[in-house]
Amino acid sequence: MSDKIRTVEGITKESTQAMIDDALSVYPEKARKKRTPHLAPNDAASGCASVKSNKKTVPGVMSARGCAYAGAKGVVWGPIRDMVHVSHGPVGCGWYSWGTRRNLMTGINGVTQFGMQFTSDFQEKDIVYGGDKKLKTLLHEAHDLFPLAKGISVLSECPVGLIGDDINSVTKTVSKELDIPIIPCNCEGFRGVSQSLGHHISNDSIRDYIIETREFAEPSTPYDIALIGDYNIGGDVWSAKSLLEEIGLNVKSVWTGDGELEKIAATHTVKLNLIHCYRSMNYMCKVMEEKYGIPWLEFNFFGPTKIRESLRAIAERFDDVIKEKVELAIAKYEPIMQAIIDEYKPRLDKKKVMLLVGGLRPRHTIGAYEDLGMDCVGAGYEFAHGDDYDRTAPEMPDATVVYDDPSEYEFEKFAHALKPDLIGSGIKEKYVFQKMGIPFRQMHSWDYSGPYHGYQGFEIFARDVDMAVNSPTWKLVKAPF
Amino acid sequence: MANLLGLEVKKVTETPPEEVERVQNWINSEEYKEKNFARQALVINPAHACQPLGAQLCAHGFEGTLPFVHGAQGCASYYRSTLNRHFREPAPAVSDSMTEDGAVFGGQNNLHEGLENAHALYKPKMIAVFTSCMPEVIGDDLTAFIKNAKQKSCIPKDLPVPYANTPSFNGTHIHGYDSMLYSILHTLTEGKQIEGRCTGKLNLIAGCDFNTGDYREYKRILKEFGIPYTLLADIGDTFESPCDGTYHIYAGGTKLEDAADSINGKATIAIGPYATPKTFGWIKEAYSGKHVTMPMPMGIEKTDAFIMKVAELFGKEVPASLKNERGRAVDAMTDSQQYMHGKKFAVYGDPDYLMGYVSFLLEMGARPYHILCSRGSKKAEKELQALLDGSMYGAGCKIHMNKDLWHLRSLVMTDPVDAIIGDTHGKFAARDAKVPLFRFGFPIFDRVNKHRYPLIGYQGVVNMVTEICNKFIDIKDETCEDRFFEMMR
Repeated sequence: MSDKIRTVEGITKESTQAMIDDALSVYPEKARKKRTPHLAPNDAASGCASVKSNKKTVPGVMSARGCAYAGAKGVVWGPIRDMVHVSHGPVGCGWYSWGTRRNLMTGINGVTQFGMQFTSDFQEKDIVYGGDKKLKTLLHEAHDLFPLAKGISVLSECPVGLIGDDINSVTKTVSKELDIPIIPCNCEGFRGVSQSLGHHISNDSIRDYIIETREFAEPSTPYDIALIGDYNIGGDVWSAKSLLEEIGLNVKSVWTGDGELEKIAATHTVKLNLIHCYRSMNYMCKVMEEKYGIPWLEFNFFGPTKIRESLRAIAERFDDVIKEKVELAIAKYEPIMQAIIDEYKPRLDKKKVMLLVGGLRPRHTIGAYEDLGMDCVGAGYEFAHGDDYDRTAPEMPDATVVYDDPSEYEFEKFAHALKPDLIGSGIKEKYVFQKMGIPFRQMHSWDYSGPYHGYQGFEIFARDVDMAVNSPTWKLVKAPF
Repeated sequence: MANLLGLEVKKVTETPPEEVERVQNWINSEEYKEKNFARQALVINPAHACQPLGAQLCAHGFEGTLPFVHGAQGCASYYRSTLNRHFREPAPAVSDSMTEDGAVFGGQNNLHEGLENAHALYKPKMIAVFTSCMPEVIGDDLTAFIKNAKQKSCIPKDLPVPYANTPSFNGTHIHGYDSMLYSILHTLTEGKQIEGRCTGKLNLIAGCDFNTGDYREYKRILKEFGIPYTLLADIGDTFESPCDGTYHIYAGGTKLEDAADSINGKATIAIGPYATPKTFGWIKEAYSGKHVTMPMPMGIEKTDAFIMKVAELFGKEVPASLKNERGRAVDAMTDSQQYMHGKKFAVYGDPDYLMGYVSFLLEMGARPYHILCSRGSKKAEKELQALLDGSMYGAGCKIHMNKDLWHLRSLVMTDPVDAIIGDTHGKFAARDAKVPLFRFGFPIFDRVNKHRYPLIGYQGVVNMVTEICNKFIDIKDETCEDRFFEMMR
């Protein structure tokens, strides 16, 4: 949390509210009523959410949101590298989410790592007669063809829940037959209001079917931790893990980036859970705290300021051995970080950035932009909850606009009014703003770059932000004739 | 709480390296291939998407048209991001965000609210509605719902709202394209047929083609002929819009009045018989003038057929400029055929693309050795076989219908080829087989601007020859021993 309340020149509560009112003016009354509480100026002093969130999307407005299946397959399950993840239902959902998140994996594709598309490819007859029999057959086939897969997840798509298939019973039977964990996950896309419920359902499945089913072979140490909520986008886990190891911690398991099923299953014996993406995995942290007494700590590995704060907060949980190593690491990396800031800050100072990402990154990356001298003039999430917005309020300058699940119409309006120098959001937004001549970085996928986590990541982040904002191509957008 | 499966608690294990090596070799074997081909239920790495994606593509091809997904919102996000990634362009579309209560009460409320909001915010000239799984499973009645929406004044009565049932558990994206196109044309042309009127124009349907360069190429060819035309479902400008500092939500598309008047056309050509059977079947009955369905004009022979058909339909000579163009394309082929002759290719994709790749490869003296279609019909298989039978280079080439890219991997690992042609999803198989993947078709997520380079027409031939032959030459330069590294190739 930042100590003093920051402001951005020219932005007041009144100017922000006027901009919001203008954006809402075109809405039909019912939709305007629904959208109004989701848009507000930030109240940095309160430290509380200024907007409502986690409500149903207003139909027809062009939301960036996905569905529960996307949250389950794309976010939580997909990155576990040594499992076969079956998209159970028609072909599309699995096809669209195949290789499109950039959760990188080690291992050999098809042998020890399964970043592929497995589907039951439902046909009309499966809808009519049910798909349980097909599921049973395909689970056996998957095990036969991929004998080194440590387990299988079965991720339900919409029709499965609608036709009343019983995947829980099928998976239980076949699991016994094959003696491998086969996890049912009832994450049909129509459930809930966004990806967020998919995260929750998946966390619950891990609770019910995975945790406690393995034990680490080696004896435990006081420095055993788990890295939770890092999905290894562009290699983030590898960067974060090496830093955590450098300060003396044993990263026993990672949830779930480049993740391994058996290690996840043995996480109940670690001493501390370090959670990066609070939104998608706070559930299991709370379960592990209640059931096994494992404390958890939120941390932020974006940009040197937040990394330093986080490392020291982590050190507080351990003895002097770790504290000393943390200070050594900070002393080692900060001059390197300063050199990066010295290089890029002159070109980025006072530039304005707007953010719309998933459930965590807007608040987590603001510090990194600020390290480069930039101001965040608007932030929002696709699928955050109230506790996410509470955590966001103190990170944002006062009176800047907060938008929850904004429609493309609203986002465009705000960008017109605020004229940011950079927008960080997703693929669906990227080209809209680039046509407008506004530099853009995809902040879900790191725009095919990364890692952005850790000290290693900041150098890449700074380079990418600079190349987006200062590319000479933007000068060519307006024709001279 | 945990361990609901009741499995025995074990230690965390590591797979021994020799076991990894064994399996790594095994998945490349004949034995594995047999096992792989014996699959009954599991589909691995399919080369096709679901119907609504094609429906959205089609809807983007009409002026001022907002694609509207009736169903869960995640579906719309998936279609949009897929099109964004392939074209590197915006793909604006809305959804009516059906949730659990939709399963109980049906989706009418969502549809009505969605139509009203979408119309207020995005001011479309047409809203093209198509369905994802949920309303298809629960059986929503779109006819009644949309009629009611107009009665309730959610949207103006005169706003065209064509709709298509596009269940994802049936067919692929090409069938969704067909259903949407049929519905749009059906809606727009209703009551527009005028006895004795002839627009004098050619109506051209490009088929479910995701290459904007192809659309430009069709227009250029018809311009060379001097033939007036209406290109229906024209995504050319929609997905290749200029970066000039302004965002236009509707960047291109066939003018609605031109689409409406297309029913009075002089002739209609529907390219891509596998992506347009429903639309074409109806056009044959409903449209004035002559009607022809033709394969994608890929390769010389299929382009010749297209050019001659256009000439015939309009009683025109083929212009000298196109004759020269043909000559230049053939020149490119004869100059470079030595780099492709006898080379074996694995090809996969939608049936209409496949016919084109196979035809072109055979013309070059190359061998379309493994031909794989993720969802194909008996008719497509027969047509492919006829192409193979018509050339000595087709001998020994095999067609694999309703197989996926994990089957393809087995094929290229056990019976190697020199290259693969297909979309980005084949890159893993190509890497394992250590051969180049020529990214034609859809989607292409990992190379830039490929969608701007036409594959159809004589220009398409030049593009394919150039890309393929130069890659083979690159490989030679990169891999040959120093003593064989020389100035000329």
